[in-house]
Amino acid sequence: MIPQNFEYATPNSLAEAFKLLGESNAKALAGGMSLIPLMKLRLAAPDKLIDLRNVPGLNSIREEGGMLRIGALVTHYELESSPLVRSRCPLLAEAASQIGDIQVRNMGTIGGSVAHADPAADYPASLHALEAQVKLAKAGGERTLAIGSFLQDTFTTALDAGELVVEISVPVEAAGTGVSYQKCVQPASGFAIVGVAARIRKSGGRIALARVGVTGLSGKPFRAANVERLLEGAAGSAGDISKAAAVVADGVDANNDLHASADYRKHLARVYTARALAAAARKAG
Amino acid sequence: MATTVARPETLVGKRIKRKEDPRLITGTATYVDDIQMPGMHHASILRSPHAAAILKSINIRPALETAGVVAVFTGADVKDVGPVPCGASLPGLRVPHHHILAQDRVYFAGHPVAVVVSTDRYIARDAADRIEVEYDVKAAVADPEKALEKGAPAVHPQWPDNIAFTFHQENGEVDKVFAEAAVVVKQRITSQRLIPCAMETRGVVADYKTGEKALTIYSSTQIPHLMRSLVAGMLGMPEHKLRVVAPEVGGGFGSKLNVYAEEALMGFVSMRIGKPVKWIESRREGFLATIHGRGHADYFEIAAGKDGTILGLTLKLIQDLGAYHQLLTPAIPTLSVLMMPGLYRFKNIRADIVGVFTNCTPTDAYRGAGRPEATHGIERMVDMLAAEMKMDPAEIRLKNFIRPEEFPYATATGLSYDSGEYDKPLKKALDLVNYGRLREDQKRARAEGRLMGIGLSTYGEICAFGPSPATPAGGWESATVRVEPSGKVTVHTGASPHGQGEETTFAQIAADEMGVDLDDVIVLHGDTAIVQYGIGTFGSRATAVGGTALYFALQDLKVKIKKYGAMLLDSSDVSYSAGRCICNKTGKSVTLAEISGASYRAMRLPPNTEPGLMATHFWEPPNFTFPFGAHIVVTEIDKETGAVEIKRYVAVDDCGKIINPLIVAGQVHGGVVQGIGQALYENAVYDDNGQLLTGEFMDYAIPKASMLPRIEEDHTETPSPVNPLGVKGVGEAGTIGCSPAVVNSVVDALSPLGVKHLDMPLSPEKIWRVLTGGKA
Repeated sequence: MIPQNFEYATPNSLAEAFKLLGESNAKALAGGMSLIPLMKLRLAAPDKLIDLRNVPGLNSIREEGGMLRIGALVTHYELESSPLVRSRCPLLAEAASQIGDIQVRNMGTIGGSVAHADPAADYPASLHALEAQVKLAKAGGERTLAIGSFLQDTFTTALDAGELVVEISVPVEAAGTGVSYQKCVQPASGFAIVGVAARIRKSGGRIALARVGVTGLSGKPFRAANVERLLEGAAGSAGDISKAAAVVADGVDANNDLHASADYRKHLARVYTARALAAAARKAG
Repeated sequence: MATTVARPETLVGKRIKRKEDPRLITGTATYVDDIQMPGMHHASILRSPHAAAILKSINIRPALETAGVVAVFTGADVKDVGPVPCGASLPGLRVPHHHILAQDRVYFAGHPVAVVVSTDRYIARDAADRIEVEYDVKAAVADPEKALEKGAPAVHPQWPDNIAFTFHQENGEVDKVFAEAAVVVKQRITSQRLIPCAMETRGVVADYKTGEKALTIYSSTQIPHLMRSLVAGMLGMPEHKLRVVAPEVGGGFGSKLNVYAEEALMGFVSMRIGKPVKWIESRREGFLATIHGRGHADYFEIAAGKDGTILGLTLKLIQDLGAYHQLLTPAIPTLSVLMMPGLYRFKNIRADIVGVFTNCTPTDAYRGAGRPEATHGIERMVDMLAAEMKMDPAEIRLKNFIRPEEFPYATATGLSYDSGEYDKPLKKALDLVNYGRLREDQKRARAEGRLMGIGLSTYGEICAFGPSPATPAGGWESATVRVEPSGKVTVHTGASPHGQGEETTFAQIAADEMGVDLDDVIVLHGDTAIVQYGIGTFGSRATAVGGTALYFALQDLKVKIKKYGAMLLDSSDVSYSAGRCICNKTGKSVTLAEISGASYRAMRLPPNTEPGLMATHFWEPPNFTFPFGAHIVVTEIDKETGAVEIKRYVAVDDCGKIINPLIVAGQVHGGVVQGIGQALYENAVYDDNGQLLTGEFMDYAIPKASMLPRIEEDHTETPSPVNPLGVKGVGEAGTIGCSPAVVNSVVDALSPLGVKHLDMPLSPEKIWRVLTGGKA
């Protein structure tokens, strides 16, 4: 478990970070909970690690214009424990609390996690359900992408060379919204075999808003629009929920590995979708 | 007024915190990787990525040309070093020559091919990647039953059938009782391959002093003395010129009851470069390079009369040996055969072992070593028999137990069980769970459509290895007790504890016998330059054999202490207690410190008595010991996902007399956790090419605290007559008793669906397939 030789830099500004990232085979480090193990297994061998920990402005959580703006370097533990996040976006706090173990949550960051784009990571389910925005920056300027456009495939994102995730934005949850993240844990790694995030808002005894994000099921986390369509306008009975959950894996090319076959994973996705929806509906009142 | 806290009358039997713990929990213990030496070099081992291949060529030049690399050695350099030893002997056993580096062929993924030596650990690792090896990849076989099929790839080309040995044992009238039986139940039961995963991986520092022509090897091992004898032989060096030190050892579980290629290899390297060299196994390397455990496919048949009396048992045992024999590899399944009757009275048994080579990491002793497999088999078969006969699983066990008046009990496999009251832990466990009410709860749960299971196992095990004729390297253990001139006590034990707490339990024994405080005793171990020859810690033996050696050394020493006491008190009638020698006539006394001081000062000597206070005892046990117990597990299954939840875990163990209940509890907890690991989570999975698919902790699931139930632990105490302490052993009991209790519970939960047996690990998907009517 010895990595190849690499250089290490801790820039003090974004501008400096961009400059360093322009060098050949440089890689940004934002917690290192995925990158360092890959380097120790010699599956990744960057020549230079650009540790973002000293870059100012990347570790704040602010409420602004109906959104929570979360710096890329905010740790899972900070999200899990922040009173602001717990009250204004409880789904993200719940998802963060289920990541890895306490050591990982103390070191790992939300920006590092989404930029790594592990298809079994916990955040993408919630970020899809929240319709999160990802702000990217590079030397030339900034751009903002919807989470669905940012996460492109297994370990693949829309990040250009030299570009960094600097901020994730999620909407402040409206009153009366129930949320839940339900995860089937892979017993060795702690990643999600499947993880489902649900948001339910009711109005006049009907479901006014349903959002469902799914991780772990396939090579790319996704928003289950087909499930949402079946729920919106429905009363949200147990029957409505199971009917909607039943379609979550339809047409999905499910992962198949040592820990769950494709058909079992699809089954789990249906079960955990129903559980997440039921828990969210219960909290929505 | 000063108050003194009275020392308890005896320390044996008291719940005392371990003397070892402060250094361990403050991070100040010294493990192999903590050793630093001037001029120390670092080694990195290149291992084969292929499970079967001919080594066509090795080009070490790119590695040698790397700045900082001092040497590179390959198989050609070490061909004269003796083979990695196999200590087991069985009639007709085929033993492949196990070179410390591959010669012309590799036999498993992870087979060491070359070693790079550098001044820097990182450079050594980088340079190992630069060695160019040309492999001619051959077909491999990873499944032992496939290896037995006609036309399977030959692991060792000289033995095309892949059979290393067969072993037959039979007693009684097996065919007759099976022909006459009212019921016969058959089942194939597997005990899957497991990876021991000690928290500290293996590591070796070798330090050859060219002036003295003497080598010191520091190794994370359970057996420093045996390692010294064997490695000296491998290196062709006089045994007294080799010192082996086992510093702090971060867990072994049997995986360090071994002599691996790396000890001799590092010794060789240090002798060649004339400098100390360190090799630390990486975690990923350890998954391939350290032995695995279990690896059984067992075909059982059990016969019973119509009242549920067990009449006989047969077993065909297919043992996955891996590519080579490590120290005890072929002996492990023979322990399964010895213990296949469990706690039951039947005398008719037939067992056949087929030991099979595969292109996999060798298997060897892992916590329980053959006994968990046997216990899993017999306890599953008894449950299946109970189900077949519609008997309660507790009732069928109580009916068939060996009875207290039958001890010592001669088993069908040739053992003599020392002592036992087998119904006591079972009845205690049944009371603890309120068994009658629990079965009522289960009826209600089933009526509600819930899948609730109650499973029990009543296990027996063989411990305290063992009488020397029954062990490969001698089964005795040694102890030296030295009372220092100040009266402080130093114990040297030949056992080499590494987490079992003997620095505390042995201090309890010595403190009681010497009448001193616990802190007045220190227990030293694990260094062949300090400690007299010993055997080591494995097979739940250290206290039963090593503790007994200590007990007798203490008795020898007390005789001498009393001689000095009598001289100092000018009396012929003295006794020794509470740290004083007392004249029985006058009541005058002298302390141990006064006696010890006098013995070393030696102004006067008692008749025919030497100066000093020291005694050494080598104790040969007359028999093994046979602990037993009952575990009860309550489970509930998630009908949607197939996930098993352990609602309750009750373990009632009888390990003979208990010296320290806190340490015993720790051993039971740790053992149960590893048993739950096998029952629910762990599985070493190879693909058809011999690649280990579960080669890291991202894929190999050992249970974490959050995945475990609370363990309710209780005891009965049936002393062993084998040793004067009455102790039996408890290091492996938890593991041995656990897995059948968990599986019996899950099968019980699923029995309304017609499920009769499931193999481990009981993954949620496997159970989900059963729930959906598919085949698990």
